[in-house]
Amino acid sequence: MKLFIALMVLTAAMFLASLFVGYAAISFPRGIAALFGQGNPLYVTIMQEIRLPRTLLAAMVGLSLGLAGAAMQGFLRNPLAEPGLIGVSGSAALGAVIALQTGFASLYLLALPVTALAFAALSVGLILILAGPRGSSLTLILAGIAISAFAAALTSLALNLSPNPYAASEIMFWMMGSVANRAMTHVWLALPIMALGWAALAGLGRGLDALTLGEDAAEAMGISLSRLRLQLLFGTAAAVGAATAVAGAVGFVGLVVPHLLRRFAQGRPSTLLWASALGGAAMVLAADLVTRLVLPERDLKLGVVMALIGAPLFLHLIYKTRREIA
Amino acid sequence: MTLLSVHNLTVRRGECPVVDNASFSIAQGECVGLIGPNGAGKTSLLRGALGLLPHGGRSTLSDLPARDRAAQAAWLPQTREIAWPMSVERVVALGRLPYLARGASLGTEDEKAVNAAMSRMGLTNFRTRIATQLSGGEQARVLIARTLAQETPLLLADEPIAGLDPAAQIATLEVFQTLAQEGRAVFTSLHDLSLAARYCTRLVVIHQGRIVADGPCDDVLTEDMLADVFRLRATIVPTPTGPLVQAMGVLT
Repeated sequence: MKLFIALMVLTAAMFLASLFVGYAAISFPRGIAALFGQGNPLYVTIMQEIRLPRTLLAAMVGLSLGLAGAAMQGFLRNPLAEPGLIGVSGSAALGAVIALQTGFASLYLLALPVTALAFAALSVGLILILAGPRGSSLTLILAGIAISAFAAALTSLALNLSPNPYAASEIMFWMMGSVANRAMTHVWLALPIMALGWAALAGLGRGLDALTLGEDAAEAMGISLSRLRLQLLFGTAAAVGAATAVAGAVGFVGLVVPHLLRRFAQGRPSTLLWASALGGAAMVLAADLVTRLVLPERDLKLGVVMALIGAPLFLHLIYKTRREIA
Repeated sequence: MTLLSVHNLTVRRGECPVVDNASFSIAQGECVGLIGPNGAGKTSLLRGALGLLPHGGRSTLSDLPARDRAAQAAWLPQTREIAWPMSVERVVALGRLPYLARGASLGTEDEKAVNAAMSRMGLTNFRTRIATQLSGGEQARVLIARTLAQETPLLLADEPIAGLDPAAQIATLEVFQTLAQEGRAVFTSLHDLSLAARYCTRLVVIHQGRIVADGPCDDVLTEDMLADVFRLRATIVPTPTGPLVQAMGVLT
């Protein structure tokens, strides 16, 4: 309960900070008024069309990645698992890159995220065919690795064949991940798909708790493993696929956040699910704030900052827990 | 009352049957020992009877829907796994999971079951310790306590006393004996034949997938059986606390 309140406060604080920190200094009361369409029309535009979608997307992407990371680690009983493991984010990125490369992305605002989502869905279909609906977790991982590698190769190929250096750099920047310059349309596209994913993942708590004792014990306690696996696969695909589609590749959240919060969740996978969801939202909001506060004129990318924060944090955790792991 | 009856259970690995036409039943008040050499099919028999492996034949447990089966029988797998650093109390409380509604927390009845299970396994002082930091034998006791917390009429255990110190082995089997005397039943595989004879009310012997003997310990545990099934040259020494199997050598 204390953990829940602390994380809620942290996330809310980051959410507000994200709304009120930026290039244009807008005071708190004016900003609130502008959010609801009152006051200076310029402020209204900034708050409603720039900051709000950016903040909402950062929170949604963080929530999706944190939740999916905790679910994936709980299912595989491995603290090194992360949601990208099943190849969804790699495939979504491939879809986006193809949309950029072919110029399809510039036709409609939503062309890029929709293509990315289609590719994410395709990768889930491929995983199901490869690993089978009743496949073991090992086949699932192997199929995911194969799909990720294939998607990465095709992404490189698209870069390789890009018509001009301008297109190549556009692709590169997109792949670094960002929630800047997104519209509410992106929020409305991603939200329903993510919400489906969140619902599927949030329902895994019982099964993941039981899996602490191994697959056999969990099944004997009445948990259907094949159903659990399907639910995890669809939940991760929807949440992470939609996140990648609107924000590009943002790494480390799904890996570091569950690891960071496991101690506070007393090791329970079901507690860790929602804790990681909140923690992930707070972390991505914070990383996005950093991109705005540090070198704002150079347009730092969210994925880069996230990795720069995440990797040392992870190293620190490894250093601290090396005795437990050994 | 019969808690488990199994008819012509056959479990195949590929073409080869690892459990071949096994039939037996277990009634209230019994503590049945399942003995047999390595690879005889003990684990497959137990898992097949629970319905955790695809099988031919019938098993009353395997016929039940998963949720009802979890209320009827608790299962202690041979591989001891505690994946996350949880407190002993929380691991034991996982045994209550089949009875909890989604997202519900433990009720007073659940707490009582968890406390009773921990005190039966002598874990009361370990309550807040992190289970993954305990020794292997202590973890094994935590996992046995988890199955006890499930408070099912039937307990199936796969080599529960392997790796425990002698006192913990005896304490565990005494808990099983008590469960049987309370009107529940235990079906456990184990390798210590003397302890099996002392604490089990009945022994089932499995050899190359077939049940070759099933009956009271004195009838089943003979020097001929030990030679045929276990390839063991042994004498059985009767003592006031039960027969003692003294292994002398291996038959070639």
